[in-house]
Amino acid sequence: MTATQEKALAQGAVAVDAPPLEIHDMTVAYQRRPVLWDIDLQLPEGRLIAIIGPNGAGKSTLIKAALGLVPRASGRVEVYGRPIEKQLSLIGYVPQRESVDWDFPVSVLDVVMMGRYGRLGWFRRPGREDREAAMDCLRKVALQDFAGRQISQLSGGQQQRVFLARALAQEARLYFMDEPFAGVDAATEQAILAILQELRSHGRTVVVVHHSLQTVREYFDHVVLLNMRVVAHGPIEEVFTEENLRNTYGGRLPLLEQAADAVQRRSV
Amino acid sequence: MDTVFGMDAIVFWIIATMAMVNVTGALLGTFLVLRRMSLLGDAISHAVLPGLALAFILTNTREPFPMLLGALVAGLLTVLLTHLIHRYANVPEDAAMGVVFTSLFALGVVMITRVASHVDLDPGCVLYGVLESAALDTRNIAGMEVPRVAVTLSAVFLATVVFVVLFWKELKIVSFDPQLATTLGINADRVHYLLMGLVAAFTVAAFEAVGSILVVAMLIAPAATAFLLTDRLHWMTLIAAATGILIAILGRNIAAVYDAPVAGMASVVAGGLFMLAVLFAPRYGIVARRLAQVRLGLRISGEDLLGLAYRWQESGARASLTASGALEAAGGGVVSRVALWLLRRAGLLVKSGDSVRLTASGEERASRLVHRHRLWEAYLAKHLPLPDDHLHSPADRMEHFMDSDLQRQVEEQVPEPHGPSGAPR
Repeated sequence: MTATQEKALAQGAVAVDAPPLEIHDMTVAYQRRPVLWDIDLQLPEGRLIAIIGPNGAGKSTLIKAALGLVPRASGRVEVYGRPIEKQLSLIGYVPQRESVDWDFPVSVLDVVMMGRYGRLGWFRRPGREDREAAMDCLRKVALQDFAGRQISQLSGGQQQRVFLARALAQEARLYFMDEPFAGVDAATEQAILAILQELRSHGRTVVVVHHSLQTVREYFDHVVLLNMRVVAHGPIEEVFTEENLRNTYGGRLPLLEQAADAVQRRSV
Repeated sequence: MDTVFGMDAIVFWIIATMAMVNVTGALLGTFLVLRRMSLLGDAISHAVLPGLALAFILTNTREPFPMLLGALVAGLLTVLLTHLIHRYANVPEDAAMGVVFTSLFALGVVMITRVASHVDLDPGCVLYGVLESAALDTRNIAGMEVPRVAVTLSAVFLATVVFVVLFWKELKIVSFDPQLATTLGINADRVHYLLMGLVAAFTVAAFEAVGSILVVAMLIAPAATAFLLTDRLHWMTLIAAATGILIAILGRNIAAVYDAPVAGMASVVAGGLFMLAVLFAPRYGIVARRLAQVRLGLRISGEDLLGLAYRWQESGARASLTASGALEAAGGGVVSRVALWLLRRAGLLVKSGDSVRLTASGEERASRLVHRHRLWEAYLAKHLPLPDDHLHSPADRMEHFMDSDLQRQVEEQVPEPHGPSGAPR
């Protein structure tokens, strides 16, 4: 446990029995059209958790809404027993790689240092410890030799590892990662997986939006099957069944589509 | 005549005032350009007009403070309305901005003509400002005659510098990755509105002195120029600021030679400096990229010549390789000729009579090259269902780009490279 987390625990930020993530009755709508219905989830601590489902199932939206990056139409999200907005220091986030402009004039180390900004608070500049912590995180993803490079000079897999290093620099207890394995080569995929497993061995909880069904069983302990609603969630061996997969991927619930249409029409 | 720092006082204040405008614009513009919101400066500079009119109607003066306040309100209103229309009316952001700022500008024009029809709006003043005469309208501050516009501008200039220094890391992360900023508890909207508020204040403070062209130009040109010259944010900010000062000095001096409006000339200079950066920037400039292409072409052509000579000698051909034959096989033209000359100068190849031959060091270089070529052939043969006669040309391209790291990985996968693939081509 890091000093910050011990402090958080001492201040009561981490309720002893509360799960790392608890979502109550969360509904999310884009342009008033519901895309996620009544999400109710309780995720266990110290696990690698995959969110899987077909395209348009709302996988990214689920974590963005949980983080407050897209507005929730209803419901609440708690992290270790308190509203997520009050627990931001316990959270790490790896957005999709395409979400930023890689021509931005910053170095690899600059980007990793951004993971430290949350703990600094307004006005304070990152100091030498932050720089060293960021370098350590770069070493963990084997990019220490690239620290001074401008970020557009990296390959896609390297950029993904920079984002991962930045999340490590956040020293969080609960991580959200949006498709960290997207578009990376096999070696990078193994490197990323090794880091996820190391996080788990330190008791961290990692929620990953994942797109490859083949690797779910091998990589993860726990799975959330999503298609506009939670079809099933729980330990892989119980939930990752053919029937549940068929229910998840075998088209949407026709009634849910109709209901979404109705909501959108009436609320214009 | 009054002098400041040994300079004619009027000349000094023209340059100093414009330098403050330019540096302020450059600092704010850096973040606008990086966030792809360059034209927001243009929009805000028009949309502040109803704010100015309202401030004038309410206070019946043209004192700077009410004017700045009115502009601030109108500027922020532009940003807020654009955001709301984009978000809730489902209109693209640029269209929302276009509608908002033209409507507000028109509203401002109507307000001014209704209430203050006696106010004379000189198009020249709007475009170029009245820097030359504004430098004469001075106040006595601490024993020095300081132009009124310089006083207002220095306040905005200082506020901007303080803002950029204090909120450096927030500006950086909000510009690069607003989503991460939000999850870190850094309020991206708050930083955004602070930035926009300063853009509005800058627009008004600078407008009277330098006119609309320079205001808009300074929010874009120095930052865009700096973007081409560096890939670090702090350098971009500093280079943009320095470019702003350079524009002020060059603009005023060139304008003096041609008896042209200073602000107009400064905008022309800004465009000129940007074009210079487009052409000659060390990494991203057109010339540098063209040179890099030529260098790459020379290297590839030279390596082709080396490979050719190596295969010729390896095949044990009795006739010696002629220079003209080699040049033709390596693509011919000036590039091959220059490449051949470079190889001879580097002592890798010697020419005796019309025949060319590898030296010992040339043979070593060439053998490594051909090794890479054959490695790649073997790798392709193993992993791609290609007929044997299709392996040569992809390998011929790849041999020039395989670094030692890739070579090591390929060697792990294909222990035995292909043998010589037939006769030299």
